[in-house]
Amino acid sequence: MIGYLVRRLAQAVLLLFGAVTIVFLVLRVIPGDPAALILGSQATAQELAAKRDEMGLSDPLLAQYARHLGEIVRLDFGDSWRLGGDAFAAVLDRLPATITLAGFALLFTLALGFPLGVYAARHKGKLADRAVSYFSLTGQALPAFWVGIMLVLIFSRTLNILPATADGSALALVLPAFTLALPFLGWLARLVRNGTLEELGRDYVRTARSKGLSERVVFNIHVLRNTLTPVITVLGLILGNFIADAVIIEQVFAWPGIGSLMIESIQNRDYAVAEAAIILIAVFYIGLNLVVDLLYFALDPRVTLETV
Amino acid sequence: MSALLEVSGLQVAFGELRAVRGVSLTVGKGQTLAVVGESGSGKSITSLAVMGLLPAQARVVEGEISLDGVNLLDLAPEELRRLRGEELAMIFQDPLSALNPSLTVGYQIAEVFRRRRGASRAVATGRAVEAMAEVGIPDAAERAKAYPHEFSGGMRQRVMIAMALALEPRLLIADEPTTALDVTVQAQILRLLRERQRAGLAMIIISHDLGVVARTAQSVVVMYAGQAVESGTVAEVYGTPAHPYTLGLMAASPSARTGRRGIRPIDGNPPDLTALPSGCAFHPRCPFARERCRTETPALRPLPSGRTSACHFAEEVLAHDRAAGA
Ligand SMILES: Nc1ncnc2c1ncn2[C@@H]1O[C@H](COP(=O)(O)OP(=O)(O)OP(=O)(O)O)[C@@H](O)[C@H]1O
Ligand code: SF4
Ligand SMILES: [Mg+2]
Repeated sequence: MIGYLVRRLAQAVLLLFGAVTIVFLVLRVIPGDPAALILGSQATAQELAAKRDEMGLSDPLLAQYARHLGEIVRLDFGDSWRLGGDAFAAVLDRLPATITLAGFALLFTLALGFPLGVYAARHKGKLADRAVSYFSLTGQALPAFWVGIMLVLIFSRTLNILPATADGSALALVLPAFTLALPFLGWLARLVRNGTLEELGRDYVRTARSKGLSERVVFNIHVLRNTLTPVITVLGLILGNFIADAVIIEQVFAWPGIGSLMIESIQNRDYAVAEAAIILIAVFYIGLNLVVDLLYFALDPRVTLETV
Repeated sequence: MSALLEVSGLQVAFGELRAVRGVSLTVGKGQTLAVVGESGSGKSITSLAVMGLLPAQARVVEGEISLDGVNLLDLAPEELRRLRGEELAMIFQDPLSALNPSLTVGYQIAEVFRRRRGASRAVATGRAVEAMAEVGIPDAAERAKAYPHEFSGGMRQRVMIAMALALEPRLLIADEPTTALDVTVQAQILRLLRERQRAGLAMIIISHDLGVVARTAQSVVVMYAGQAVESGTVAEVYGTPAHPYTLGLMAASPSARTGRRGIRPIDGNPPDLTALPSGCAFHPRCPFARERCRTETPALRPLPSGRTSACHFAEEVLAHDRAAGA
C-alpha cells in the first residue's frame, strides 16, 4: 500500500513537473514582448532592454528555467503587472467561482446522468433507452461554446428566465453549469446504463433471486452497489475535466473564475497570472486523478495491490 | 410415498434452439436425485427452470413442474419468488461469481433473514453468524465481515450452502457443487451436504463426477442432448446401464467410485442442438446403432423394476452388461 502510494505520488509530481516545463516553454516562445506590453509603444529600445533585464527575460533560457522552478515550488509566480499584486493571490481570488461552477456541474451530472442511465438500462431497447442514448451522443458531440450560446439565446434572450452572465444570483449558475455538465452527463448516463446491464447479467444476481429477494432489492442493493463503484471513480476525472473545460465556458458566460482570468492574462501577456492559473488547473487535474485511484481502493474490496 | 418435485415433459427453448427437449424427473421427499450428462446436455437449464430463474432469453415451451402437486409454471412471479429460499434453494458451481463481490458474506446471508423474515439487522446478523458456524466456518463472527474474495473456494461454497439453507428449504438443487474444489475440500463439502440429507433435505445434485453421484444420490437421471435418456436407482444404473450412452459414461469414467474427474468424453462430440441427428440423437456415436435408430426416435419407456430407458434396444444393452459382468 505505502509503496503504491509513493509510486502514484511520484508519478503525479513528475506529471506536474512536465506541465510546469511545457507552460514555461510555451509562454516564452509565443510571440509578443511583455516588456513592450508593459511600457507601451512609446518606449525606447533602451527602456525596453532595461525592463527585460529587470524582469530577468534577457538571461539564458536555462537559467530562467532553473530560477523559475525554485519560484514555483515557493508558489511565487511573481507579480501581475496588469492587476498589480501577487499573481497567485489573484488566481486564488478567482478560484471559488470556478469551484462553485464545477461543483454545480458535477451535481447536474450526477443528479441527471445516474437516474437517466438506470432508467435506460431498465428499459433496454425501448424508446426511452434509445432517447437517452441519442441525447447522450448529441450532448457529447456538440461543442460547448455553441451549446452555451444557444442556451443563452433561448433562456436569457428569448424566454428571459435565466441570467446569461454572472450577476451574483444563484440562478446565474444554471446555464454555465449545465453547459459544462452536458457532455459528461450523457457520458455518465451511458456508463451507468452499460454498467447496470452488465451487472444484471452476472451470476450473483441469479443468486440474489434464488434467495427469493424482491426485484427491487436485487436491483437497488445488489446491482446498484456494483454499478456505483466505477461511477464514483470517474467522478474525480469528471471534476478535473470540469475545471479544465471551465476555461471555455467561463469565457462564454463571462464567469469570473480562473478560466476567464487565464485567458485575459494570456491575451495581455501577463505571464505570471496565466502561469499560476494553468499550474493550478493542472494541480487540480492531476490531484483529482490521484484521489480517484485511492478512492477505488477504498470502494472496491476486490482491488488489492496485486491487481493494480 | 408421494413425490416432492415432479417434472414432466419439460421443454425449454432459446429462440429456435431447444436446449431441453422433454425431461421428466421425480424427487421424493427427503430423497436425492442425481442428474448426469455431458456438458451442454441441459442439466443447468433444467434446474434453473425449476427455480424459475431461467435466463431472460429462455422460455418454457411445454411441460409441468410440480412441487407438492402445485404446478410452478402456473404461479405468478411473485408467488414463485416467495417459494425460493423458503421451499427451493440452489447452489452454484462457481461460488466466487455466485456471490456479490461488493457485499460482505455476513450481509448476504443476513439479508435472507431480514428481507424474508423481517428480522432486525442485529438479529439477522446473529443468525447469519450461526448459520456460518453450522457449516463449519471457523471464527464465524469475524469472517462474516469479510468479502467473498477473501475466502478460499471451499469456504465460499460453505457460505453458499449456509445461505441457501438459511430458511430451511425442502429441496436444494446443487449444480456441480464441488467441481471447482480440490479432493479434500470436495469431501468436506459432500459430508456437509450428507448431514443435511440425513436431517431430511431433498436434493437434486448435478455432477460430472460419477463418484460424487454414488456417494450422495439414491436415484439418477442421465441426460443427453436435452433429453433424459435413462433413469433408475444409482445401484441399477451404475451396475447395469440400460442405455448405450450411460454405458459409455461408465466406461469413460476410470472408476465410478474413486475417479474424481469422472466423465471422460465418449468418442465423438455432443450433437449441435440446432442440427440434431434424425431418429435417436445418440446414433452417430452409438455402438449399438442400426437402421431403425436413424429413422425412429426412441421414447423414454419403462423397463422392469421401475427404471426407464430411451433406447430401442435397451434389453440388448442390459444383456450385454450381464455378459460383460460375468
Ligand atoms: N444463455 C443461453 N443462451 C443460449 N443458449 C443457451 C444459454 N444457456 C444455455 N444454452 C443452451 O442450452 C444448452 C444446455 O445448457 P446447460 O447449461 O443446461 O448445460 P449443462 O448440461 O448444465 O452443461 P455443463 O455441464 O457444461 O454445465 C447448451 O448447450 C446451450 O446450447
Ligand atoms: S436407440 Fe439406437 S442409437 Fe439410440 S441409443 Fe439405442 S441403440 Fe443407440
Ligand atoms: Mg451446467
